[in-house]
Amino acid sequence: MVSVSLLEIKNLHVNVDNHEILKGIDLTVNAGEVHSIMGPNGSGKSTLAQVLARREAYNITAGEIWLDGKDLLAMKPEEAACEGLFLAFQYPVEISGISNAYFLRSALNAIRKYRGLDEMDAMDFLPLYREKLKLLEMDEKLMNRSVNEGFSGGEKKRNEILQMAILEPKLAVLDETDSGLDIDALRIVAKGIEATRSPKRAMVVVTHYQRLLNYIVPDFVHVLLDGRIVRSGGPELALELEEKGYSTMETANATPA
Amino acid sequence: MSTNVDTIRDLAEREYKWGFVTDVEEERVPKGLNEDTIRLISAKKQEPEFMLEWRLRAYRHWALLEKADAEPKWANIKYPPIDYQNIAYYSAPKQKPGLNSLDELDPEILRTYEKLGIPLAEQKMLAGVAVDAVFDSVSVATTFKGKLAELGIIFCSFSEAVQKHPELVKKYLGSVVPYTDNFFASLNAAVFTDGSFVYVPKGVRCPMELSTYFRINAAETGQFERTLIIADEGASVSYLEGCTAPIRDENQLHAAVVELIALDNAQIKYSTVQNWYPGDKQGKGGIYNFVTKRGKCLGVNSKISWTQVETGSAITWKYPSCILQGENSVGEFYSVALTNNYQQADTGTKMIHIGKNTRSTIVSKGISAGHGQNTYRGQVKILKGATGARNYTQCDSLLIGEKCGAHTFPYIEVKNSTAQMEHEASTSKIGEDQLFYLRQRGLTAEDAVSMIVNGFCKLAGNQESAR
Repeated sequence: MVSVSLLEIKNLHVNVDNHEILKGIDLTVNAGEVHSIMGPNGSGKSTLAQVLARREAYNITAGEIWLDGKDLLAMKPEEAACEGLFLAFQYPVEISGISNAYFLRSALNAIRKYRGLDEMDAMDFLPLYREKLKLLEMDEKLMNRSVNEGFSGGEKKRNEILQMAILEPKLAVLDETDSGLDIDALRIVAKGIEATRSPKRAMVVVTHYQRLLNYIVPDFVHVLLDGRIVRSGGPELALELEEKGYSTMETANATPA
Repeated sequence: MSTNVDTIRDLAEREYKWGFVTDVEEERVPKGLNEDTIRLISAKKQEPEFMLEWRLRAYRHWALLEKADAEPKWANIKYPPIDYQNIAYYSAPKQKPGLNSLDELDPEILRTYEKLGIPLAEQKMLAGVAVDAVFDSVSVATTFKGKLAELGIIFCSFSEAVQKHPELVKKYLGSVVPYTDNFFASLNAAVFTDGSFVYVPKGVRCPMELSTYFRINAAETGQFERTLIIADEGASVSYLEGCTAPIRDENQLHAAVVELIALDNAQIKYSTVQNWYPGDKQGKGGIYNFVTKRGKCLGVNSKISWTQVETGSAITWKYPSCILQGENSVGEFYSVALTNNYQQADTGTKMIHIGKNTRSTIVSKGISAGHGQNTYRGQVKILKGATGARNYTQCDSLLIGEKCGAHTFPYIEVKNSTAQMEHEASTSKIGEDQLFYLRQRGLTAEDAVSMIVNGFCKLAGNQESAR
């Protein structure tokens, strides 16, 4: 029997306000792999991340997406989440009056319930939460603060990775997790991401810059330009980009492969 | 395009759960209102002369107000004119007079209360809630009467109080909300048919939460109940009322009056869970909830606390208030009001500081969804003699969707320069971003909305515990 890829995107076309943003994306990601999607602003990187998480403001005009053999485009956002898809947001959202710990336990239990597992009570959850807080060098005081409220930019990003570490997704999509981080915060976030890397888990790391990839070395790098993947390669491709910029890729795109 | 918006719409359009009609034989007076109606109601209730006279005075006052077109128009609500002659002012389930136990109650009514989850039956005694249930206009059963009587606590229907404790009724009826107070209070005083009465004697702490359940069942009737609660010196009592009504296409009028009196060192906590039928998705039908609720902290160190959760009614017009007369007395108002579909709520409180060192706290949370319009209207008045008075007010609004509205009208009047006033207000909106974020973490759209709303309401709770 042929093993199923964790993520399979075929000929994906996406419109926003009648404007085509993604113009035929093909991508296959297997368990254990880390893929990096790189591209300049406006190339469609974030659109791809949001479409994978099933944000509904996007009009999918053609193509298919399969998550571990299931039709992702037939899923609601919460179903995709329960099927193991996690999106680390570029701009995490604040929720007033709901503590970070309570929110995270509710999310974990929603997913556990979907999978037919027992819900986790506060006493069982606490040690797990503490352990992951420590991994991301986050203050325990954050536990009882409202979700992302009063968090610095770096704390918000760390909080995303904390959530990923606790929810243990099959496929994590990280949308510009490195943006807005200083060098220390970047190191901590990267350490958190590295720690959750596993042969069972795949990651799609969407980023503008190469610097995050110094810490998280991807198996594959794809260059997204104007809604198309114009080049794919190994980690060396990221370095090449860093050196030469995206403009050379545009030329490459113009030349038939 | 965006199903998150659809989700908000779906949630906003959830069906009313308590809309069934109970099939009981009822006795009602013909529609219409005149002095004969009042006499008929009073006669049916076998009331003493003083009650009839009070009702007639109230009716005459109301008739003048109606003639002068003095129905209040200042609230931020819209509704077609009410035809007061097209309402039946008395409707009661037919029953043998003088029930001795719940077994004698019409089983249909008992089933209705069971459906509503009201612990009316004696075996629910462990729940520790004493219930007086008002079905249409008449009080049908009061549980735990015996147990409360041992402590000297009177908890009975208003009609019974009129018969058995006329001296208390005479002394306190209208002492907080006189029949001249406002249009709806006058109407209530004229035609009220029943309600609850509580008296907690000196030094007694009521050991259980007292509860009244109001239900409007009959069509084309109004419900006009009147509640009077007196906590004597050093006494304390906690009281909870709940309300539901069947789904009907026409609007029904509910004009209640609640009066609370706290003497020296007494405390009254009054909680309301109001879930009258709000009308359908197009705004057809529903209850007009025009209610006057007021408490008087008459004694020193007394305290009156109002808590309300208002989710029902087509229109809510309601301002549970405190008159802080006794020195060091405390008034509190905690409110969560939700308007959905075409519901309108104009609600808030009045805190009237008369005595020295009186304190009041107002925390109001308004949630608007669908085409709902939610108005907070509050008045804080510090009179000349109220040296050292303090008030803290917080009113927050949450908007769900694009077509709803939130409005705030705070009035502050200070006549003593030692007063300390604080007022905070905020308006926020459940955004598509927040919903998507929570759903991406595995929560259903419904759970996501309720988490955001809970967070919003919890801020009220935190305030309460912090103070």
